[in-house]
Amino acid sequence: MSASALKARGRAGASLRLGFALVALLIGAAALSLVWTPYPPDAIDVPHKLLQPSFAHWLGTDGLGRDVASQILAGARVSILVGLIAVGIGLAFGVALGLLAAAAKGVVEDAIMKLCDLTFAFPALLSAIMLTATYGPGVVNAIVAIGVYNVPIFAKLTRATANGVLAREFTLAARAAGRGPLAIAFDHVLPNVAPALIVQATIQFAVAILAEAALSYLGLGAQPPQASWGRMLSDAQSWMYVAPRLAVFPGLAVALSVFGLNLLGDGLRDALDPRLRARG
Amino acid sequence: MLLEISDLAIDLPSPAGARRVVHDVSFSLGAGESLGVVGESGSGKTMTALALMALLPDGACVSGAIRFEGRNIAGLGEAEMQKLRGDRLAMIFQEPMSALNPLHRIGAQVAEPLVLHRGMTKAAAWAEAVRLLDRVRLRDPERIARAYPFALSGGERQRAMIAMALSCAPDLIIADEPTTALDVTVQAKILDLLASLGEQSNMAMLLVSHDLAVIARHCRRVLVMYGGTIMESGPVDAVLRRARHPYTRALLEARPRPGAPRGERLRAIAGVAPPSASAPSGCPFAGRCPLTIDVCRTAPLPTVEFEAGHRVRCQRVDASGRLT
Amino acid sequence: MLAFAFQRLLVLAATLAFASLAVFGVLEILPGNAAMTMLGASATPEAVAALAHKLGLDQPMATRYWSWIAGALRGDFGLSYAYDSPIGPLIAQRLAVSGPLALLSMAIAGAVALVAGVYAAERRGRAGDAAVMAATQVGLAVPNFWFAILLVLVFAVHWRLAPAGGFPGWQAGPTRAFSALILPAISLGLVQAAILTRVTRSALLEALSEDFIRTARAKGLSRRATLWRHALPNAMTPILTIMGLQFANLIAGAIVVENVFVLPGLGRLIVQSIANRDALVVEDCVMLLAAFVIGLNFLVDLACAAIDPRLRAHAP
Repeated sequence: MSASALKARGRAGASLRLGFALVALLIGAAALSLVWTPYPPDAIDVPHKLLQPSFAHWLGTDGLGRDVASQILAGARVSILVGLIAVGIGLAFGVALGLLAAAAKGVVEDAIMKLCDLTFAFPALLSAIMLTATYGPGVVNAIVAIGVYNVPIFAKLTRATANGVLAREFTLAARAAGRGPLAIAFDHVLPNVAPALIVQATIQFAVAILAEAALSYLGLGAQPPQASWGRMLSDAQSWMYVAPRLAVFPGLAVALSVFGLNLLGDGLRDALDPRLRARG
Repeated sequence: MLLEISDLAIDLPSPAGARRVVHDVSFSLGAGESLGVVGESGSGKTMTALALMALLPDGACVSGAIRFEGRNIAGLGEAEMQKLRGDRLAMIFQEPMSALNPLHRIGAQVAEPLVLHRGMTKAAAWAEAVRLLDRVRLRDPERIARAYPFALSGGERQRAMIAMALSCAPDLIIADEPTTALDVTVQAKILDLLASLGEQSNMAMLLVSHDLAVIARHCRRVLVMYGGTIMESGPVDAVLRRARHPYTRALLEARPRPGAPRGERLRAIAGVAPPSASAPSGCPFAGRCPLTIDVCRTAPLPTVEFEAGHRVRCQRVDASGRLT
Repeated sequence: MLAFAFQRLLVLAATLAFASLAVFGVLEILPGNAAMTMLGASATPEAVAALAHKLGLDQPMATRYWSWIAGALRGDFGLSYAYDSPIGPLIAQRLAVSGPLALLSMAIAGAVALVAGVYAAERRGRAGDAAVMAATQVGLAVPNFWFAILLVLVFAVHWRLAPAGGFPGWQAGPTRAFSALILPAISLGLVQAAILTRVTRSALLEALSEDFIRTARAKGLSRRATLWRHALPNAMTPILTIMGLQFANLIAGAIVVENVFVLPGLGRLIVQSIANRDALVVEDCVMLLAAFVIGLNFLVDLACAAIDPRLRAHAP
């Protein structure tokens, strides 16, 4: 192994640790906000608006006197909720679809793949906008739209790996032994796909957080009084000339969360891949 | 003397520090001569060839002298080497399937050295490329020149590679396993082509191969390498008929014999080749060699020339070529 | 090449047809009445029925779909409910802003990616490479509308170098018009630049490990010439493909960024139309954006085939 490859391995370990730390921070903030925040996040206190960060208000207050730190903590809740459910939807339906495509082969497989490709022309944000145009704004629509966008991503991933596994001889042996397709799927295909799915899931989680923030910024996502980082940024824009610092914290929260998730995904990919290769 | 190598040593970077993959290599090559280098994987033959072109992997360290046309080119600056590569020194590689750029036409790739080193215009170089493709006995050279690599067979691609190597009429062409990836029927034709082209233009050839038969047919002299160093060298006939080194003899005996009785097992050489020269001192073949004695593992290898031009490096062979 | 192009054109037409079905399906599938949504829950049934009839909403779905498609192909995109004016010219006006914005940001992203990607590939494993990779990680994580706001804070509010928003119109001259587009294009281009830099770097590294690179060096080509003449063309196919796929995300990002900078583009039109409950406008805009993405990917396919002869060869 060359010197540069060794350095790369070391870096991978570091990114895994840093990513894990940031994600833990995100989850911790959301969990904490369920039981305690410095102030109620939606407590309007106009006499104390636009305060600088101080001991009383760690990150200051916004245009309506709401405590910024509390809103940041509460905003983590929405981000995690959207991420979890959207990725969950994508995994549940995507893996099933991918397995179906790989097992069915032929026209069915082609049709499913073409359908997936079509979905890529409609990024999460656009689909969410279409849904909100029909059903009105709200977190649920955001989740559904982002989740639907995740389905083809996981479907393609699953199908590609499934094809590889199914083509290998041991599955032929399993079928000859009379094992049904479901058993083969669980015993052979899923363990092989799992690492790649985990890595992709962390990446899609990050994408979901970004999409939710954008939707909330546009007023199409989480509605007040629910705190959301995107909406905080939108509010901050009105106060840009007076209190520019208001724009920093919510954006930083999104950036750090996404950064952490991406690092985690990269670190997991490096950690899982070589072991995969060694096993296979 | 066109090429004189003295005490060539090559170190490659590794997690455990620098690893010496070639050591103590000295040989010479005259103008128009053909020299074969035979050895198994890991013997250092390819590294030696790459060192001549200064195309070793990043981080490689070369010591010793490589005298080309009287000038030491080991450690020559990159800009100077670029002037020599493709012009005075040419190299063809093992995998014709992947050695050509799939996006450029054959004619353009053959013409590239001409444009680079001779300053020809694209049109003039293209015309010359077609002529070269004809010289390597490709049918319908115009069509081949306009074609892309994926449309050609392995043999055609290797001929195109040879045309590319010949374009500036180099003094030395290095061929690293040029036919290993080709069909057996095509192999002989390619090698004959190389040999005859070499004779026509008084071009020296260094042919690297693991296949003794290939070297025997097309080279005047041969070097037998093992574990990063030369074990035996000399005129091909002499080395094949009167091999003295235990390794060379084992190689010759390991060849399948047509006409041998059924069921006769191949005489393989027991053990495995060292992973590129891990022997710190002594003979790399020690231990695997059936004639190993204690001094083989410790003492540096002597060089004995027991008949004209035929040298052997073995502790068990004396000055008259007899086994002690 | 022609046969290849024709085949891709057929695929393009089929994909567009499916996309239109998808858009129509999603937006028309609502159980409630579009007219009722427009007028609000307090409207009288008669008013709702009248509006529904005026907008042709009481006709069967197939008829509505067909008249929508037929009209669009003719150039008639229907009437905007909120503006009470033809949608076609409305869209064209907004395109005059969104189109150049998208192109400008893609150009910026492409230029940055080329420079940074080549730089990182040349210095693989060393400090320069690590720095570029770290920078792309940051670029991927920063939401483009936050970056836009920060840019406005620094360049418009603090330094007053560029306008904080709005678009003076092309009639105000190209300099003034472009200066209004530059900050939006940079914020849009950031994420794209990060993604494309990574793709460029990895595609280049892959190309550089191929055998024909060694052949090129054996011919006497310098490392630089080998990279630009031999490695980069081979890396272009994956780079262009990813660029095409990213275009959809670029457009989605533009929707948000246009709102940050209050640019009168398609993005703002969509968001405003949602607020105005102007369903037909949303439908037309979304379809148009999807058509652009699909069309661009078609062009990317053609470009890749032009570069790589293997893609356009038929099996021998």
